[in-house]
Amino acid sequence: MNTLFDKIWDSHVVSLIEDGPTQLYIDRLYCHEVTSPQAFDGMRARGIKCLRPEKIFCMPDHNTPTHDQDKPIEDPVSKKQVDALERNAAEFGLTHFGMMNPKNGIIHVVGPERGLSLPGMTIVCGDSHTSTHGAMGAVAFGIGTSEVEMVLASQCILQQKPKSMRISVEGELGKGVTAKDVALYIMSKLTTSGATGYFVEYAGSAVRSLSMEGRLTLCNLSIEMGARGGFIAPDETTFEYIKGREYAPKGEDWDKAVEYWKTLRSGDDAVFDREVCYDAADITPMITYGTNPGMGMAIDGTIPADTAKKSLDYMGFQAGESLLGKSIDYVFLGACTNGRIEDFRAFASIAKGRRKADNVTAWLVPGSWMVKEQIEAEGLDKVLEEAGFAIRQPGCSACLAMNDDKIPAGKYSVSTSNRNFEGRQGPGARTLLCSPLVAAAAAVTGVITDPRTLMD
Amino acid sequence: MKQKFDIIQSTCIPLPLENVDTDQIIPARFLKATTRDEKFFGDNLFRDWRFDKDDQPKADFVFNQPDFCQAPSEGVHQVLVAGKNFGSGSSREHAAWAIAGYGFRVVISSFFADIHKNNELNNFVLPVVVSEDFLAELFATIKADPSAQVKVDVPAQVVTNLTTGRSESFEINGYKKYCLLNALDDIDYLLEQKAKIEAFEAGR
Repeated sequence: MNTLFDKIWDSHVVSLIEDGPTQLYIDRLYCHEVTSPQAFDGMRARGIKCLRPEKIFCMPDHNTPTHDQDKPIEDPVSKKQVDALERNAAEFGLTHFGMMNPKNGIIHVVGPERGLSLPGMTIVCGDSHTSTHGAMGAVAFGIGTSEVEMVLASQCILQQKPKSMRISVEGELGKGVTAKDVALYIMSKLTTSGATGYFVEYAGSAVRSLSMEGRLTLCNLSIEMGARGGFIAPDETTFEYIKGREYAPKGEDWDKAVEYWKTLRSGDDAVFDREVCYDAADITPMITYGTNPGMGMAIDGTIPADTAKKSLDYMGFQAGESLLGKSIDYVFLGACTNGRIEDFRAFASIAKGRRKADNVTAWLVPGSWMVKEQIEAEGLDKVLEEAGFAIRQPGCSACLAMNDDKIPAGKYSVSTSNRNFEGRQGPGARTLLCSPLVAAAAAVTGVITDPRTLMD
Repeated sequence: MKQKFDIIQSTCIPLPLENVDTDQIIPARFLKATTRDEKFFGDNLFRDWRFDKDDQPKADFVFNQPDFCQAPSEGVHQVLVAGKNFGSGSSREHAAWAIAGYGFRVVISSFFADIHKNNELNNFVLPVVVSEDFLAELFATIKADPSAQVKVDVPAQVVTNLTTGRSESFEINGYKKYCLLNALDDIDYLLEQKAKIEAFEAGR
């Protein structure tokens, strides 16, 4: 009662169906190439148009290669899907940021950085990591393709209202501890189904102290604890980030918007269906050892004795062992989780003055062209180049290996992405999820390393 | 595919694993299709658990075992029984298309991930949530007798293990039940709501 989630949700209710779901109005729909073609097909089959095309933005990201984007995509199946999005957007009158468009990138990186995702909005996309946009103070969640079609057709969706949960992290984050570590820590405590059925509000001094990039990382991973979405009440950090961005309100509209956004907070008397609280001092740099994101531990910890044998066999690990010093093969920096400027700064801070280890193949993939431009403007590309790393072109890349960036079977990938499921980064690939700092430490040493030992 | 629900009585395929994520149900490389070809997705259901890298069936996976390899048809293997937290991870509706395409009408588990549960319902696959006890007993029943049947009575909202006679009621809201019994989907409903949507927009 009287939570920020209630406020935003309730202000978007068009109708309540008796003994049924809520008809919820959607302010922003994003479409990528993978989960939208069948929805557009459905629209054609029904002979209908989009009700509010101006609220819908499309861009390919999952299939895009991370090199030579100015040339046609080599994989004909990927090309067909990317082309279909462009054609569908044109047919239905929707804005489309195609490959090589300076506005292109991973949808969950582009939305916030262009000012398309704003506080108080309801935001959906056929992608579970839509929870990312919650960092702006919005109610944002992933949906299926049938639901994409609902929004294309009616700008509404039918949903049961989830329960609300507050996760507070109080105190100061320690050396080498990032938003990614906070999320991996929460997941390791809650498990991957611990927040199923809930919408999460992140709060507490450690969350407040996060930059927008950090908040986007934290909210991104809400789905990995089972939550439908997660958000952070907007504050000065949020307003500062949004101000001046391309699609953000300007002039008088800006003042009015901020005035409204300042009201977007849970009441002091707010009652959540569930509350959990963690102490920031308990969180260290984290790494996963298993085959779901809840299977994480402190980087200097040991694999729990009760770990499922199926996971251990897949990963080639044993219960009770430490991962420090284990040789690795690939490092992936990027994805909607950690493909933002702050992530590249963090990686570069470790790489600076060091060299990439010879046994490591590293893929550094910015989340968008805007991020890539900023990397170059700050000279981080030079720092990384001197250390033996190259910056690729933006896209989802090795997070789910729908393009050519696949980790070979049996190889270890230290990855800043969001899922370590069996085969996620390529059939047989073994993924260890971590922060950009942990990834950088592995990249320069060739083994799993506590990044704190490489920091000043 | 839109189809009416009534009473389904069938043998089951057991998958007693927890946290089965949608990347396992349908790996990402099969998401490149631009059409909703349920046969294609059904053929690739649990692809990397069912087949090795040379596309040969893996003998130890339940779908390939003699008792369970028969494709679903009326009364046969129309029900998938899965461990808790089924369908976690990616929102890909392709996972629901694969389950529907293989021929399942019902998935029984003690817990479903949110998005996947909606995706099943939107594709006329019924997710039936049962207690941990009911689920454990059902797994034991099927293990003892692979030809054991369950009855899923949608109008009465009751699921029964026909071997032990144990019944449990399951939840489904009145609206969705009406849709399933009459083969209507949410888009049919929403398209009739234009006046309400415009009134909402005007009132903001």
